[in-house]
Amino acid sequence: MQLDVTKGDPAVPDLSIQQDGARVVLTGQLVVWTLHRLSPVPAAATLDLAALEGLDTAGAWALAQRQTAGGCVTGLSQRHATLLAAVTAALPAPQQAPLPPPGWHQALEETGRQVVGALVYLKELVGYLGRSLAALGRALRRPGRFPLTALVHHCQETGLRAVPIVAVMSFLIGVVLAFQGADQLRRFGAEIFVVDLIAISILRELGILLTAIIVAGRTASALTASIGSMKMRQEIDAMQTLGLDPDMVLILPRVLALVLMLPILGLVSALTGLLGGAIMSWVELGISPAVFLRRLDELSIGHAIVGLSKAPVFALIIGVIGCHAGMRVGKDAESLGRMTSAAVVSAIFAVIIADAAFSIFFARLGL
Amino acid sequence: MVRVRGLRTQFGTHVVHNGLDLDLRPGEILGIVGGSGTGKSVLLRSIVGLEQTQGGTIEVLGRRVGDPADPARRALQQQWGVMFQDGALFSSLTVRENVEVPLRAVPGLADEQRQALAELKVSMAGLPWTANATYPADLSGGMRKRAGLARALALDPQILFLDEPTAGLDPIGASAFDRLIVTLRDALDLSVFLVTHDLDTLCACCDRVAVLAERKVLTTGTMAQMQKVDHPWVHQYFHGPRARAAAGKD
Repeated sequence: MQLDVTKGDPAVPDLSIQQDGARVVLTGQLVVWTLHRLSPVPAAATLDLAALEGLDTAGAWALAQRQTAGGCVTGLSQRHATLLAAVTAALPAPQQAPLPPPGWHQALEETGRQVVGALVYLKELVGYLGRSLAALGRALRRPGRFPLTALVHHCQETGLRAVPIVAVMSFLIGVVLAFQGADQLRRFGAEIFVVDLIAISILRELGILLTAIIVAGRTASALTASIGSMKMRQEIDAMQTLGLDPDMVLILPRVLALVLMLPILGLVSALTGLLGGAIMSWVELGISPAVFLRRLDELSIGHAIVGLSKAPVFALIIGVIGCHAGMRVGKDAESLGRMTSAAVVSAIFAVIIADAAFSIFFARLGL
Repeated sequence: MVRVRGLRTQFGTHVVHNGLDLDLRPGEILGIVGGSGTGKSVLLRSIVGLEQTQGGTIEVLGRRVGDPADPARRALQQQWGVMFQDGALFSSLTVRENVEVPLRAVPGLADEQRQALAELKVSMAGLPWTANATYPADLSGGMRKRAGLARALALDPQILFLDEPTAGLDPIGASAFDRLIVTLRDALDLSVFLVTHDLDTLCACCDRVAVLAERKVLTTGTMAQMQKVDHPWVHQYFHGPRARAAAGKD
């Protein structure tokens, strides 16, 4: 075989086609790069390949196609004939694909699938909630088995590490509320009520909701990624064969860490939010910190309790959604990415839905 | 086809190859063996330009590789196909779309032609027609390797680089893969550079074997010549119980 580098250059392979009555003489290279030149030649023509220098599988495939279409091929060299025979033998036999159903049918089917999918998803989430509660029950009965180190580690990851971002965010929210509120309330001469505005909105709603959204973004993705990569590398299967309980070792410490840490983060958020609001009220409205505190004292503590009581529920939602998404990661890296972003979106969405439900609930209770 | 002279590769202070010489002749299947960590895969990666070398020359089809600025590099890349250990298929594409990727570089190739050619390559690699529409994650290890081989063959390369083609396959799948390599070599006139640990593969399909040890190619020759080499590692490798079993089967 000749060492022929020029053959590799896409510009160089050349095929010339000479029409000679019913016979078509090909010279040069019939390869994948020159295949399109052959298209204008009628399928039934007789191809004379005696002068052909190069033939690859693509060229051989084209010849095989022509042969089945009634074309004739002559003058093949021994090597090219072998290749053509090999390609003909390997020609795939396509199987008839099932006919696609009509459009409305498909749309209906798709809708049905998605509804069922959503219900199955909800059922699985409840299942994971149950599994983590069952693991908690087992841990309470046999405290020795509880992975305390993992719990502390996850408390640090989801709690302590989130403090700076939560604090800064709440501080800024407090500042913004005071600034916007002052502008509106000054028109009525009711500047002092800016304290109520800040305190109620931060303690009751914004502090905990925004904290939960930040934690959902930070921690739900981390949960899915860590559990998902373990699932991808079969570490979870290995755990099960070694008699370790994934619910106890993986899910419980993560969910429990969230349940313990989110109220604390919520409290941090409430305090820094009030601080931001107080500073802005002082600067903008001249309400001194002492006045601010006195006004704050007159408000019911109920707002703070309502706000913080939502935290454990949000934490459960975030933890369960994150762990569930991690466990659903398949063998490929793509599903890891897909499940991670899906976990964040569902966690944030679920937190907001739950917050709306809480609003109705507390309104009915008159809190 | 491939000429390696005085190759030197190192990572930090760890020298992998030093003064390594190797030739791949036209139409042969060359098996590369060596203990773990002797740089078999590094050698393969160096030849196809995935690894920076610190000295020596590598020529493929008479042209120097390793110069990324070389405009002929792309043309050269079309002259070789590489099959990585686990197929290295693009996980977001079906098997047929994976094989179509290199074919997309061909100007003037109609969509139907490209698809038909991809299906032909999939079929030549010994996969059933139904595998075309499957995603790599749903294939078994052996089928992923075959799909990787189909993609490596998409542009009819002159040289095929295979990294551990039979690792992780069951003996039946592995020997079927060995036969496939020989069949494809005969049909497509390929030269094959095959990195392997598998003695059965060496016996079944390699024309020559190169042993990597002590940072260079210790010796090359046919399997029969390997039996007579007087070097402790080579002797142990080709005279161990597994080697005898592999040779006895032939």
